[in-house]
Amino acid sequence: MSENVTLEVLRYRPESDSEPQFQRYSVPFHDDWVVLDALNYIKDHLDSTLSFRWSCHMAICGSCGMMINGEPRLACHAFLRDYRDAVIRIEPLDHFPIERDLVTVMDGFMDKLASVKPYLITNGKTPPQAVENLQTPLQLMAFKQYTLCINCMLCYAACPQCGLDESFVGPAALALAHRYNLDSRDHGQAQRADVVASNEGIWECTFAGACSEVCPKQVDPAAAIQQTKISASLDWFKARLMPGAQ
Amino acid sequence: MSRRPYIRKVQRTWWLGHRRYVVYMLRELTSLFVGLYCAVLTVGLIRLAQGAAAWSAFLDALSSPASVALQLVCLAFAVFHSVTWFALTPKAMVLTLRGAPVPAKAIVGAHYGVWAAVSLIVLIAAGA
Repeated sequence: MSENVTLEVLRYRPESDSEPQFQRYSVPFHDDWVVLDALNYIKDHLDSTLSFRWSCHMAICGSCGMMINGEPRLACHAFLRDYRDAVIRIEPLDHFPIERDLVTVMDGFMDKLASVKPYLITNGKTPPQAVENLQTPLQLMAFKQYTLCINCMLCYAACPQCGLDESFVGPAALALAHRYNLDSRDHGQAQRADVVASNEGIWECTFAGACSEVCPKQVDPAAAIQQTKISASLDWFKARLMPGAQ
Repeated sequence: MSRRPYIRKVQRTWWLGHRRYVVYMLRELTSLFVGLYCAVLTVGLIRLAQGAAAWSAFLDALSSPASVALQLVCLAFAVFHSVTWFALTPKAMVLTLRGAPVPAKAIVGAHYGVWAAVSLIVLIAAGA
């Protein structure tokens, strides 16, 4: 007889539900299935009304982040075989409003991402026009790990501060700001400082470190934030001890 | 159809659900005990300035069973505080040596080394 596993999925249908409630589904167990395969089985064979985001099925698009037994995971990166002995509880990512079922509202996250100006800001002088903007391997190494973020928002679901204060800019956005501040071609640090070095920026972080623990790409946002705290503090002292100096 | 997003409130017991957050809250709690022991040391300085009799009374108070128990609790929290923060130092410190990053273990180890050296200097200075 083939084996089944039970998924307990948090459902929220705004047109009919006053609050979310769990619904159980029994799906076939396959050794090579991930939670996303089980959700797609439900959608295709058991309940077509179940809503969830996904796209690539290979931990690149960052769409299928959800709480799996209370831990933020990518559903395409979580094998059923690691959870097969008990009911698997699936919920939308913590700390985000629920749009429908496992789909969360991302608007706040997108605004925070845009607020740190996550793009190269040049000074218009270096390099001269029509010359390549060269970078050494050492200069690339300084920020490369922070380019690997896939905006899956698992770090926001893991971070206690994101849950307690929705104005916190948050791990992924601050790590991305750090990525550009460290880039030898960038001159935008001062423009980002208003947001990054504000109370809602790095100083809201209490270094729980959960963001880095759950990151599926080993970006280590906690490291980025602590390093930014040090550089922002040095900038603060420099501005007071040496007014006018850059 | 208009949107009606559902917002879940964070429970006061949010940190009890995962070992990671319990350890984090314990680490945050250590600051209270570190602060408390700093207050004890400050009182000690004040009593020292007041003369030999006051200093002797302070030392007597420190050696009562309740006081020793409190100091042991403070010591346990201070050690937990130091160990957890030392473990996090490589995240804040980016060091390179001859173009290669210094391993995290070396950074943490250096902190323990400095801790041991400073403790030794204090013990020697105190005439232990």
